[in-house]
Order: sequence, then structure tokens, then C-alpha cells
Amino acid sequence: MKKTLGIFLLLAAIFLITGVIEPRFLRVGNLTNMARWTGLYGILAIGAGFVIITSGIDLSIGSLIGLTGSLFPLFLVGAGLPVGVGFALVILLALTIGFTHGVLITKLKLQPFIVTLCGLFIYRGVARYITGEINQGFGNDFQGLRLIVKYRVFDVIPMPFVIVLLLGGIAALFLNKTIYGRYLLALGRNEKAARFSGINTDRMVICAYMICSVLAGFGGMLFALDQNSVQPSTFGNFYELYAIAGAVLGGCSLRGGEGTIGGIICGAAMVEVIKNAVFFLNVATESEFTVIGCVILIGVTVDEFIKRFAAKRRAKQQAGSA
Amino acid sequence: MPNADANPFLEATGIHKRFPGVHALNNVNATFCLGEVIAVIGENGAGKSTLMKVIAGVHPPDAGSIKLEGQPVTIPTVSKATELGIAFIHQELNLSDNLSVEANIYLGREPRKFRGIGIIDQKAIRRNTRDILDQLEMDYDPETTVRELSIGHQQMVEIAKALSQNALMIIMDEPTSSLTQHETDCLFNLIRHLKSQGVCIVYISHRLMEVGQIADRVIVLRDGENSGELARHEIDHERMVSLMVGRSLTQFYQHEEHQRGVPVLEVSDLVVPGHSDRPINFTLHAGEVVGMAGLVGAGRTELAQAIFGVDGAVSGTIKVDGEIVEINNPRDAINAGIALVPEDRRDYGLITEFAVRDNISLSALDRYQIGKFVRQKEVADLAREAVDEFNVKTTSIDNEVGLLSGGNQQKVVLAKWISLKPKVLLLDEPTRGIDVGSKSEIYQLIENLAGQGVAILAISSDLEEILRISDRVLVMHDGALAGALGRDMLSEEAVMGLATGMS
Repeated sequence: MKKTLGIFLLLAAIFLITGVIEPRFLRVGNLTNMARWTGLYGILAIGAGFVIITSGIDLSIGSLIGLTGSLFPLFLVGAGLPVGVGFALVILLALTIGFTHGVLITKLKLQPFIVTLCGLFIYRGVARYITGEINQGFGNDFQGLRLIVKYRVFDVIPMPFVIVLLLGGIAALFLNKTIYGRYLLALGRNEKAARFSGINTDRMVICAYMICSVLAGFGGMLFALDQNSVQPSTFGNFYELYAIAGAVLGGCSLRGGEGTIGGIICGAAMVEVIKNAVFFLNVATESEFTVIGCVILIGVTVDEFIKRFAAKRRAKQQAGSA
Repeated sequence: MPNADANPFLEATGIHKRFPGVHALNNVNATFCLGEVIAVIGENGAGKSTLMKVIAGVHPPDAGSIKLEGQPVTIPTVSKATELGIAFIHQELNLSDNLSVEANIYLGREPRKFRGIGIIDQKAIRRNTRDILDQLEMDYDPETTVRELSIGHQQMVEIAKALSQNALMIIMDEPTSSLTQHETDCLFNLIRHLKSQGVCIVYISHRLMEVGQIADRVIVLRDGENSGELARHEIDHERMVSLMVGRSLTQFYQHEEHQRGVPVLEVSDLVVPGHSDRPINFTLHAGEVVGMAGLVGAGRTELAQAIFGVDGAVSGTIKVDGEIVEINNPRDAINAGIALVPEDRRDYGLITEFAVRDNISLSALDRYQIGKFVRQKEVADLAREAVDEFNVKTTSIDNEVGLLSGGNQQKVVLAKWISLKPKVLLLDEPTRGIDVGSKSEIYQLIENLAGQGVAILAISSDLEEILRISDRVLVMHDGALAGALGRDMLSEEAVMGLATGMS
């Protein structure tokens, strides 16, 4: 909780400092724009967070977005399927992919990095093959459906932001209030002890990968509706890295067992805000990645120092009380 | 009684070593001569390994002196010990199994070509390794990857490494614990060969039969103190056991026999992993405490974990309350009313970063849910009650478990399992590494549970504990049940006899 608050304060600080230096940064149009991207990436970051909490990783998020982002318009426009059917098919595909990842990782004991790296290649290849490398989109149709991402509540709050808050709320309930959330945190921290406690750890890990993939699949559809032009070979490239960066900035540890949904959404927002700040502060846009990399590095370094400091203080307290 | 005519190579006098809560070595004396095989024996926890670690520079002593060839020395580090010619071969071998034999022998001190540049002089390594292997009459290729060698041969590589460092004193901790009979014979031949070349061999073992075969002199430790020494002609099984056990048998008998009820857990033809030819049968009755003794590595933990379904399906049959239960994982075991308090609480028993409340409730969450949501209030009540009942010293149920003392952590583990109200409670080393106060509280707890009709199996390497809490004792040796002792036949000698495979 403390950590999530810290992340939120850091986000607010970056926000204000940039705003003071360059007031245009705080214009409603720009805020709306940042909120939109935060929403879209935040959905992915929540999925990545679940996997990271089990001390795993998912590198296939971007390619899965490429695949589902291509398939959704293909189903609706190319194949003329009803919206509900197209949506259901994409969700089903994403769930199957997540399930496969989870089974390979738990039952065959393959490493998450390798399994999802293979996924990264495979889904991208499948997307390109199925579409024949032809751009996908909705043209001028489906204007109503596209409002799911395009609509702005009260004319300012973009739908993706509303969606991420909704999903985030559900995810937070799941992680903090249900027995499954407790199981995930337990097994991420100490798999053996969790197993000895009678927890079906394999099933929980599979569940985490399914959550991650289904959110990526859902995100893929939203991105497609938002962009309306899906190039199968590049759509979603590197998005897994934004998602992971968001989750890590948001307080997830790759060692597992750590992380909050609030933190993850703040983390995703931070990636977006930094990108935007780089633009407004007249830092060369080419160095956008450098800045993001440095901020993450500084963040985790500071976090490590705080942890050590806290551990030392606790050791002292203990020695004092003993 | 060291050889009076031989000058001792190493002489340790008045060694003290304390660890938190334990006086591991209390004024221990020991001498070691060149060309001699000295066995150091004692029960689990008697201080054998600690003494050797003091001599090998792993743990510097708190007090006492060490003389090497008559000169006082301090051995603060392992590298200092190596320099003085003392090598320690641990029970768990320290080899990089992805590297070759020769690379392992010279790891970290590779001869180099061209001064100052880190190019390894491969030829020198090969030549020297061949020499040493020849000297040891070992005929394998220096280029063999260590992984491809058997455990016995890997141990030989450790010995070769020690010799390549010009070791005069080689300490071996339980060297035969994972060797076959043939490999043990080979090792003994090598030990005799080294002895004839004037090397001092210190041999730590539980296996009294082997000690009788190989040792010139036996040093016996008990509860961190010297308990006696036996010269070659005095070495026999009875003398060794009585020196190891030592204390009078009456002092800890304050045991009330429990009312033994109906059979609760019936285990038939259960196989401990790795010992498929030795099926195990036993029964636990309601309200009885059955101790399970045996040496480290005898298969007791594996047996308990097998019953608990840790490694998947159980071979053999398990009945609870007369009904056959199928146990494929810990959840099945829990549902059948079996609980296991595992051996290593930090690794298996607790999520140390979790709060007390979350640890206590972890196995029971599915009983405290409403539509998969945790009933937070009831979980908190459960935790609070358990903290009170088990007298866990913590200011709040929200404190991180890792910050509590060992005894309080163990109480949390016990609370976690006992709150499930099991019919069968398996305890694996329930009081290891905790303070005396918590120990007696845990004994009282075990008594109470037995009084409530729980069937309890308590695995322990602490013989005193076994004798104190058990209504009867099962003894394991080498993956099988070596025997059962009723209260009337119970003595440390009887247990040790079965545990060491002598009787």
C-alpha cells in the first residue's frame, strides 16, 4: 500500500514538474490523449502484472495484439461475422493461447521466458500469414462499435481510461479479496510453501497466463478499433515491453509475489507521461527510449535501496528488542 | 588416548562455539596425528560437524586454541586452512558439475602462462592432474565432465583436489552417505592408501560399522562436549553407542501414556522415493504420539511427504478412519484430514514475507470464503485466536512472519496446520532450531492434541525429544522401517542400534 502511494506520488511529481515547466502539457487535449494511451497500455500492464506476480514473464503480448488486432477486423469486415461472434472468437483464441503457455510452463516445466518468446515469433508469423500482410481495418463502417474506444465521457474522459479503471477494479478485487489472489501472491513468493499448503499451484499459474493473454487479446481489439489501420507485421511491436515496464514501475518484482493493481496502472501511466514529457520538454524525441530506460533503472535502484534500508532498520529494532 | 609416541599434527584445546540459542561446542579437546584415521562420532547435533568446521576455518571458534605441529595458529578462513594443509570434504560435494575433472581440481587457482595475463596453462593442469590421479590409482580421463561421474567418483575428485593443494589432513563429513557398497570399499582402500602416505584422515560418520572397519581412533562427542575416546583395540559397537548416548535414562521420563484409540491412519506398502524395494507398513491410532527416529537421510522426511502427496500420486494404500483415500497432492491429503508440519519452516512452512494472519489462514482459505471472496473478518478472528492459543509472541497479526523468532515462527506453522483440525498430524522436526521455552510449549501442545484424539507422527533427530513425547517409536534405516519400539523397550541404545542398522 505504501509502495503504491509512493508510485502515485512520483507520478504526480513528474506530472506537476513538467506542467510547471511547460503549461501546454496540462492542456485538456493533451491530458485526454495521455489518459487514452494509459488506458490502452494499462490493460496490457495489468495482464503482465499477473504473470510477473507468479514470478513469470510474458513476451508474447505484442505479437498477440498483432494477431488479435488483425483477426478482429478480418472477422467482422472480411468474413462478415456478427460483432459478438467475432469478439467471442478472439477472446476464445486468447484464452487458448494463455492456457497453452500455462500448461507448457507448469506441466512440462519449460521456462516462461522461452515459451512466450516462441509465442512472440509464432503469433506474429500467423498474423502475417493469415492476412497475407494486407492492412486490416474497419474503413468507414462500424462507427458505432468504434465508439467503445473513441467515445469520451463528459467529452473529456476517453473510454480506454474508463475501461482500464473498470478492469483494474475487478483485477484488484480478484488479487486482494479472493482466495485465488492470495494463492497467486503466495506461490509467486514461495512456490514450495504454497504447494505444501495444499494450493494447486499449477492451476493458479495457468490461470495467470490466461488472464494475461485474454487482456492482451482484448487490448488488441481495442487498439484495432482505435487505430483503424492494422499492419500485421508491426502492429503491437514492443507492446509487451511497455506492459512489463509499466508493471515493474508499478511495483511488481520479477522475483514474484509482489505488486498491486493500483501501482501497475500508475506504472503504465508513468511510461506514457514520460514519453509525453520528453516531447513537451524539447528533449530530442529520439531519446524517448533512453529516458524511459533510465527512469525505470533509477526507480528499481531506489526501490532496492529503500528495501535494504528498511531491512537494516528492522534488524536493528530486533536486536534492540532482544 | 592419542598415540603417545607420535607428535600430533593438529591439537585443538578448549574449543568453544556458540550459535544463537545453542552452545554447540563446550570446551572440546581433540588431537589429530599424521598417518592416522580418526573417526568423530556422536548423535545428530552433538557438535561433530561444528568441530570440523572450526578446524577447517568455516566457523572461527569463540574461545580455545589450535596448535599445528606444536605452533599456535588461528584459522579464520577456509583459505587459511587450505594453506596450512587442511582440507574439508563436505557431505554435499562442492564441484561444478558442468566442468571437467581437471578444471574442478584447479578451480580458482589455475596455473597461468605469461605472467599477469589470465591465460590458463592447460598443459600444466593436465600434467599435474594426471600425476595426482595416478598417485590415487584412479584411471579416468582428466577431461571427463564431472556430471558424468558417479557420486563415488566425484568424491574421489574432491580428494584429488585436496591432495593437489598438498593437504596433510583431510576431513570427510559423512563420506559414505550416498555411496554404494562397492564405492565405499573403494573409498576405504583409498583412505588406507593415503594413511600409508602419512596423511591424516578425519572421518565423521553415523555408520558405526564402517567406523569399526576403518578407524584407528574414535573421538566421541555428546551435546557439544567430549564424551570419550576409544583406541583401536577398544572400538566396538556397544562402547561407541554408550559414549554417544551417555546420559542416564531416567532423567527425562515424565511421560504419560495416552489412551490409544481406534486406528486412524493405516499405511500399507508405501514406498519412499528411491527405495522402491522396501515397502513400509504402519498404523497410527487416535490419541497416540508415535515418534519416528532414524539418521539424517534415512528417508523419514520422504516418507512423511509421500503420505502428504507432495510428489504426486502415492504408491501403496493409505486408509484414514478405515476408508481408502486417494492422495495425489497435498490438497487431497488435507481433505482426508492429514496435515504435515514440514521440516524447513522458512522454505516449506511459511511465506516469510506474508503477515501472520495470511500464513495461518493460507491452507484454510477455502473454508473461509464466500463465493471465492476471503471472509476477512473470520480470517482475522482465526488468526487472533490461534495467536492467543499458541502463545505466538507478536504485537499484531499483521506483522511479517519472517521477523518473528524461530520459536514463534514454528508456532505459526503449527497454528496454521492445527487450525485445520486434522485427524492425523505429521510433524517433521517440530522443534529444530528453536529455544527451550518454545520447545516445551510445543511439547505441551502435542500432549493436548493427543488428548483430543489426534493421531500424531513426530519425526525427530533429537533422541531426547523422541523419548520424551512418544508412546512408541518407529525407527527408519536406509529407506525402510528397521523396527518399532514400545514404551517398555524404549532406550536411546535401542533406537540408535536400529537407526545405525546394527541390530
